[in-house]
Amino acid sequence: MSRTLTILKRELGAYFATPVAYVFIVIFLLLTGVFTFHIGELYERNQADLEPFFRFHPWLYMLLIPAISMRLWSEERKAGTLELLMTLPISLVEAVIGKFLAAWCFTAIALALTFPVWITINYLGDPDNTVIIAGYLGSLLLAGGCLAIGSFISALTKNQVIAFVISFVICFLFNLSGFPLVLDMFSSWAPQAIVDVISSFSFLTHFESILRGVVDIRDIIFFGTLIAFFLYANVLAIEAKKGS
Amino acid sequence: MENLISVKGLHKHFGNLVAVDGIDLEVQQGEVLGFLGPNGAGKSTSMKMITGYLAPTAGSISVCGHDVAIDPIAAKTCIGYLPEGAPAYGEMTPSSFLSFVADIRGLGGKTKTNAIARAVEQINLEGVMHQPIETLSKGFKRRVGLAQAILHDPKVLILDEPTDGLDPNQKHEVRSLIKEMAAQKAIVISTHILEEVDAVCSRAVIIAKGRLLFSGTPAEFAAHSYYHNAVTLSVASDISATVEKTLAVLADVSGIESATTDRDMTRVTVIPKENRSIVGSIHNCIRQHEWEVDELFVEPGRLDEVFRTLTTKSESTGEETRT
Repeated sequence: MSRTLTILKRELGAYFATPVAYVFIVIFLLLTGVFTFHIGELYERNQADLEPFFRFHPWLYMLLIPAISMRLWSEERKAGTLELLMTLPISLVEAVIGKFLAAWCFTAIALALTFPVWITINYLGDPDNTVIIAGYLGSLLLAGGCLAIGSFISALTKNQVIAFVISFVICFLFNLSGFPLVLDMFSSWAPQAIVDVISSFSFLTHFESILRGVVDIRDIIFFGTLIAFFLYANVLAIEAKKGS
Repeated sequence: MENLISVKGLHKHFGNLVAVDGIDLEVQQGEVLGFLGPNGAGKSTSMKMITGYLAPTAGSISVCGHDVAIDPIAAKTCIGYLPEGAPAYGEMTPSSFLSFVADIRGLGGKTKTNAIARAVEQINLEGVMHQPIETLSKGFKRRVGLAQAILHDPKVLILDEPTDGLDPNQKHEVRSLIKEMAAQKAIVISTHILEEVDAVCSRAVIIAKGRLLFSGTPAEFAAHSYYHNAVTLSVASDISATVEKTLAVLADVSGIESATTDRDMTRVTVIPKENRSIVGSIHNCIRQHEWEVDELFVEPGRLDEVFRTLTTKSESTGEETRT
């Protein structure tokens, strides 16, 4: 456990040691601002909630989270530091969890920096703050899901650009898996049960139900299982790719 | 002396490629074992298995009494390892990097401060402690890797090409450091610099095509040489023909080689039959004919020649191996 924390600390430090962290946070805040106030029309709606703020997070994460996760393992494999790390007395599971948590903490920091939006809405009106807290929780879970996918993909390649593009595409598919664009690919040949399963993987459906302020245990289990599954796949991928 | 590293029947296959093909090895405390072999011989792969990075296809490895496959964390705790190319996190400074390694190794508080101070002093890293590692020269990067490996004062030290890319002074420093630490540890170094074997190793093994071809002291290694016990003497070029003719007919002499070193000196090497000692008879010969000899020495054997003979012999067996 303490070794996981050591990894977490180092990884988090690595984000802030380079301009990546600052660039990411600035872009994230700019984009949430644009989406919330211009496209989401927070003011014009005249409603005291943050729905226009949260609604675009799945699309933002699809683009931005792979930029955080792409370096997690690709860089270690390319620089040869994976060999160093794996010959220190630490288990692979501890390392995978430590790195994932570091990336997750980083997105949590970026998300926490959106607090002016929350202050604004409380200043202007009288929103239901429990719904807003649920929204932040949902957003964090969503980010965790995207990060776990990105971390797994990053373990598969030494090339960060490839890791970025593939993670982007997979997050995109998860976002859309409840939509006809994805479902039509399966509905013509797959049994209805499979189509239903695919449709239930949709990030948007699970996220939107949390946004309404209903923190359903099933949505939390969905994201929790998704994260656990991809981190497990991450461990297997590193095991398999170590020699190459 | 206890065996700190014990390797039995080690095999590693990558698909159809056989990288390591049955290696047995034991290293005791106080030994510095030199791993020699051509590129792609399986040196690094063997080291990666001993340090627990790669899992062997077959065979067993135990380090400090811990089976690497069964209790990897315990084994890794007593190993210090410098991987090939001395990888380190480029954006970190040596100071933060060593602190990170110390944390992972569970060193804390005063133990950690002391361990870092000692490693930094032994490796001479003081001057660069607060520069990002990626901005350091190759020599310093390698030293950071070494400092990381010796940080916890491990019983077993495994160094993959520790002097590669260092200048002669730095090479000398690293070798002195290895010799200094040797008594309390079991050290394995891989190298393809043969002089290093003589300089630091108490025992050498040669690996080619994933197999162990030779194991012995550097002197035993050199004794395999065609030139072992050969006598080399320098004489003036105008008498060299006479000298060669006279020496060639001596008993126990199998051949003569000569090379002109500069304008008027010639270096004559007399090769004995079956590595017998011939220096006595040559000395008598010199006195008898009153030749003026500039230098005269007995060759211990040429390591590069033994290396070439041993490793190219195995190539002709024509097995499929990793390149």
